[in-house]
Amino acid sequence: MRLTQGTFSFLPDLTDEQIGKQIDYCLGQHWAVAIEHTDDPHPRNAFWDMHGAPMFDLNDAAGAMYELAACRAAFPQRYIRVTAFDSTLGVESIRIAFIVNRPEHEPGFRLVRQEAPGRTVRYSIESYAVAANPEGARYS
Amino acid sequence: MGTVESVEITDTKQRYAAGVLKYAQMGYWDADYEPKDTDLLALFRVTPQEGVDPVEAAAAVAGESSTATWTVVWTDRLTACDMYRAKAYRVDPVPNQPGQYFCYVAYDLSLFEEGSIANLTASIIGNVFSFKPLKAARLEDMRLPVAYVKTFRGPPTGIVVERERLDKYGRPLLGATIKPKLGLSGRNYGRVVYEALRGGLDFTKDDENINSQPFMHWRDRFLYCMEGVYRASAASGEVKGHYLNITAGTMEEMYRRADFAHELGSIVIMVDLIVGWTAIQSISNWARDNDMILHMHRAGHGTYTRQKSHGVSFRVIAKWLRLAGVDHLHTGTAVGKLEGDPMTVQGYYNICRDTTTRVDLPRGIFFEQDWGALRKVMPVASGGIHAGQMHQLLDLFGDDVVLQFGGGTIGHPMGIQAGAQANRVALETMVLARNEGRDIRTEGPEILRNAARDCTPLRAALDTWGEISFNYTSTDTSDFVPTASVA
Repeated sequence: MRLTQGTFSFLPDLTDEQIGKQIDYCLGQHWAVAIEHTDDPHPRNAFWDMHGAPMFDLNDAAGAMYELAACRAAFPQRYIRVTAFDSTLGVESIRIAFIVNRPEHEPGFRLVRQEAPGRTVRYSIESYAVAANPEGARYS
Repeated sequence: MGTVESVEITDTKQRYAAGVLKYAQMGYWDADYEPKDTDLLALFRVTPQEGVDPVEAAAAVAGESSTATWTVVWTDRLTACDMYRAKAYRVDPVPNQPGQYFCYVAYDLSLFEEGSIANLTASIIGNVFSFKPLKAARLEDMRLPVAYVKTFRGPPTGIVVERERLDKYGRPLLGATIKPKLGLSGRNYGRVVYEALRGGLDFTKDDENINSQPFMHWRDRFLYCMEGVYRASAASGEVKGHYLNITAGTMEEMYRRADFAHELGSIVIMVDLIVGWTAIQSISNWARDNDMILHMHRAGHGTYTRQKSHGVSFRVIAKWLRLAGVDHLHTGTAVGKLEGDPMTVQGYYNICRDTTTRVDLPRGIFFEQDWGALRKVMPVASGGIHAGQMHQLLDLFGDDVVLQFGGGTIGHPMGIQAGAQANRVALETMVLARNEGRDIRTEGPEILRNAARDCTPLRAALDTWGEISFNYTSTDTSDFVPTASVA
């Protein structure tokens, strides 16, 4: 399966040139760009590991691309995303988040059904990769 | 507009003598009144009957929506009646609409119960719309003082928190209403939910009249829909939802349905506007307590919002709904099959999403409105829109909107999943292009055609609907005199 979280997952994987343009857009909006990675892509996993702090004082996409290259070199088989944070009053949240690296093989998720009284079902979603291996040893 | 009859009678003996006076004489007209920051302000468009002076008409509106009755009553003198009287303070002829006048009325904050839209509406639109001296009246806009705004809890979730819960940023959300509206069994209905979400939509939706009819009882619908939602979520790794319509005949039954949606793990429920203000505020509290997104379908609003001369503008309904506390609100598409002039519709969107709404006459906004940190409502564009309009929709409404393509998903020639995929690809393509600095308004069709080269479902969507548009003249447009821009 293809994990389709993020703003652009239905498009072919973005090239570095395309990623750079999106980062330029974020900087133009005065958003703080950050890079995060994980090997636990459950849709409720909000807290991917931070590759350093958000780059609040970045002026040039090249700086973020440099960090992205370092993150990819360290975690080539992890999901990596670029996020941009907007501190404007009334927002104070992420404004864009898109995947820029993904493992070669994406086994996806199992839907776990726990049958309850009546015809009710309690659903949970379980990542095959997470179920098979501990953190750090998944997707490799 | 300064006749003897429009001047307040200040001599108390004369003022409270039994009999009938003009409303202006009774003190409901005050051309010198300076509205206080804590006053509620209302702008009415009135069409007085032949021979009725516009100032008297405005005073009558102020009177009938506050303390007045048709005759003088001495019991007024037991009260601080001057404060309780609403004051009409300005009357302007409506530009290019002979016989119509914009009347501004101010109400003291103490006239209203805190946190009750029912009380607000009973006052402001309770009597005046049936008043004989007026041929027609329309409530065009309101300014709600922040002191009053703060007595409401507002949207239980709001745009920012909704996005954080969904883990979806940087683009409009995508939805579809399940069709046909009537007749699908629970199992067949859930199939459409699954296909649309599996194909790439974020949300699917019950229609306004899907409740618990003989062809599909509500529990069956909820069970099959949630199976579809979770199956699609597991297949994509995304949070997805189906707006389960809990509208029912009684509040007790609505709570029962809401509780079952909650038990099944739904992230969103929906109600129809026709359940009424009190029910909306109650279910909003329930949604807040249960971490549930509350979707509002504005069923029925066209009966009183559409005609420019009479009723209540949707911008006022949108303001009341933001106070009452809904998370999603259908606000029009401008380019789809339902009524909506683009600028007027943008005005509704701004009311939903602004921190402070500025005066904007072309968009029908007459008052500045401070929203007092109330959460923002996610506008929903639904009704006769398709992938070929993606550039227009993104340009008109920006990122914080749910774009709902019902027919434009389910009617796709290659199937429902393909329809959903076409919409998602078109959307992400357009957002990418806009962020790269391209002018999507002019280059949009070309950007879509290029994307369609690598995406067969998008190509089929453009081939099927690319030329479809609904170009009818809107009935509800703003009346204003354009002024030269200062900047």
